[in-house]
Amino acid sequence: MIKVLFFAKLREQLGCEGIEMDAREVSTVAELRRQLIEQHPRWAASLDDRNLLVAVNQTLAKAEHPVGVDDEVAFFPPVTGG
Amino acid sequence: MISVQSADFDVAAEYASLINNDVDAGAVVLFVGRVRELNLSRHVTGLLLEHYPGMTEKALEDILEEARSRWQLLRCRIIHRIGPLTLGDQIVLVGVTSPHREQAFAAAEFLMDYLKTRAPFWKKEMTEAGDHWVDAQEKDIASAQRWQ
Repeated sequence: MIKVLFFAKLREQLGCEGIEMDAREVSTVAELRRQLIEQHPRWAASLDDRNLLVAVNQTLAKAEHPVGVDDEVAFFPPVTGG
Repeated sequence: MISVQSADFDVAAEYASLINNDVDAGAVVLFVGRVRELNLSRHVTGLLLEHYPGMTEKALEDILEEARSRWQLLRCRIIHRIGPLTLGDQIVLVGVTSPHREQAFAAAEFLMDYLKTRAPFWKKEMTEAGDHWVDAQEKDIASAQRWQ
């Protein structure tokens, strides 16, 4: 399974902190995002936001980054700390 | 050293441990960021700081390592608070020591610029008109790009 996490404004928009996804049909971040939208059509507008950042195993990653079994993938808005 | 914590911090104590038993640290720069009342012409009454546990610490370690590779630094300290904060509260501390002032100033500025654009923290602002998530600022992104 892939552990998917959502943070901040995105978490509130989706009403979800995170879910587990079947890793068999997903090989990249972009595919994972497509699968999430397919399974949760209400999330489309929020997950299609081009400004969203993605981290794979707690390191920032691009859409083509590979994902697989036991990976942790997080989606979140641009950061605003400091 | 890095700390992500809800508790407040004591700047004098942090300064003391940055210079303790180190006679080579001719320059010390300490930056403290606080919750201010007026942000983008909104009257702020408080902040809520969310973070990504695990990744935050990792991102801050990476940023420190990058600073150490660029400047001659002796000791570095980052403290970032999380959770609810009120007006005037301290949010973040960055402290560096170096034999030379130029190095210490540059490193402290770099650490803040990278922290603001790379570490997974998010601010939610409480205002009289309601609560909302703060948007990332173009000027912060531009500040961080100076170092690339």
